[in-house]
Amino acid sequence: MAHYEIDMPCSEADVRQLRVGDTVTLKGWLYGIRDATQIQMFDHGRTTRFDLSGHAVIHTAPNVKKVDVNETAPAGYAIVCVGTTTSMRMERFTQPLMRQEGVRIIIGKGGLGESSRDALHSLGGVYLAIVGGTAALETTWIEQIVDVDMDDLNPESLWKFRLKNFGPLLVAMDSHRESLYDEVKSNAEQNRVEALRRMGIDA
Amino acid sequence: MKVDLKAVEEASKTLYIQALKILPDDVKRGFDVLSENETHPTGQRILATMVENIAVAEETNNLLCQDTGIPIYNITIGRNVELDGFELKEAIRRGCMRATQEHPLRSSVVHPITRINEHTSGGRRVPVIGIDFSDRWEVMTIDMVPKGSGSENGSFLKMCIPAEGINGVKKFVVDKVLEAGGKVCPPTIVGVGVGGTSDLCTKIAKLAASRPIGSVCDDPEGAKLEEELSEAVNSLGIGAQGLGGNSTAFAVHVETAATHITMNPVAVNIMCNSARRARATFTPHGIEYGF
Repeated sequence: MAHYEIDMPCSEADVRQLRVGDTVTLKGWLYGIRDATQIQMFDHGRTTRFDLSGHAVIHTAPNVKKVDVNETAPAGYAIVCVGTTTSMRMERFTQPLMRQEGVRIIIGKGGLGESSRDALHSLGGVYLAIVGGTAALETTWIEQIVDVDMDDLNPESLWKFRLKNFGPLLVAMDSHRESLYDEVKSNAEQNRVEALRRMGIDA
Repeated sequence: MKVDLKAVEEASKTLYIQALKILPDDVKRGFDVLSENETHPTGQRILATMVENIAVAEETNNLLCQDTGIPIYNITIGRNVELDGFELKEAIRRGCMRATQEHPLRSSVVHPITRINEHTSGGRRVPVIGIDFSDRWEVMTIDMVPKGSGSENGSFLKMCIPAEGINGVKKFVVDKVLEAGGKVCPPTIVGVGVGGTSDLCTKIAKLAASRPIGSVCDDPEGAKLEEELSEAVNSLGIGAQGLGGNSTAFAVHVETAATHITMNPVAVNIMCNSARRARATFTPHGIEYGF
């Protein structure tokens, strides 16, 4: 298990080398995306002016403060708190996000499912787990909000962040069809039988 | 005691912000206990990150989690307490809106059909305001819970039938914790409601999920169930964030209510690892803040 530092945007080879259990710190840029953003993009055909090709997205809708545009807040937003949300609600958007927009890295919590695992494998991508509920810490990993698109969806806008060192993040699903969540789930299903038996219940 | 509604408005604002920034001591101790007993390396790393985040939030005066949740205010009014009930609810709504706009906080609340966000953390019937009464003399408490959506989406109700017995209830809880996996941001407090009507069952499940860690159900039958189910869910191996280990839950909390001879309902409501809550206690001597 190795640690990698990756400058964004990255190449297919950069993500194909990653294996579950590795850790990654991202540098450069990161985009924030959410349920409403992707419903607009992939169900209603709305397009973004951002080029997401080779980039990383995080499932987020941050707490922000509207301020006058200045050097530290070029988009007119100061950061209050940026964290992550449960990824699984956005499972069906992984395919189009990678195929149409060229995204290589998805960051979130709780994991993604089978269709995402297929997309990460066939299109070359990884899912990086960030620790849910630790937004105060993650906020210290971000320099500023540099741009925002589809801001009528606020807070579910498409955000562009400039990073300090964003990580370490855990490779939880890789491009080789490996998923730490699947491993845990299949163990838990076996443990369930024993847990019920100890309470005198047939599974 | 006459309640000053301007003070209620201020307290409703303060409680929302405080709850989002400072975890109760019982939850901090809960992390210590899990950290001491966790053997899975990934689980250990995740718990350490969570503990670090609690310190960073306090040092930087920032929110623990980005999810400001659905704001819930539970009011308990003691005896000889005088107030205008309608105005009390209005004061809470104003305080909640002011917290959102003045801090500012992300408003996480939208209309259920249009999905329009008023950016007030409020809307129809939200903030959720619950009112109950107690026998305490000249005391009113406001308990504020910003309920995060990742764990609230892990809410389940089953109208079991008497023939399924208590075993049907236990199996339902274990299976729902397994199904929820990492999506509900473990380690969690698993709130379980047993009995009542369908709405009362889900309501007491949420009360159970909002109880301090270390508290015990005051129905001895519920308390027995808490012990048994806590052991069972933590033996599943789901672990912190669903990435393995034995830190699936801080505890399973159970609340019970009498039910119908033909019914055997069970509800599960889950509280994420950012198990946030804050309390203001109003007495003739002033307002005291705590958890």
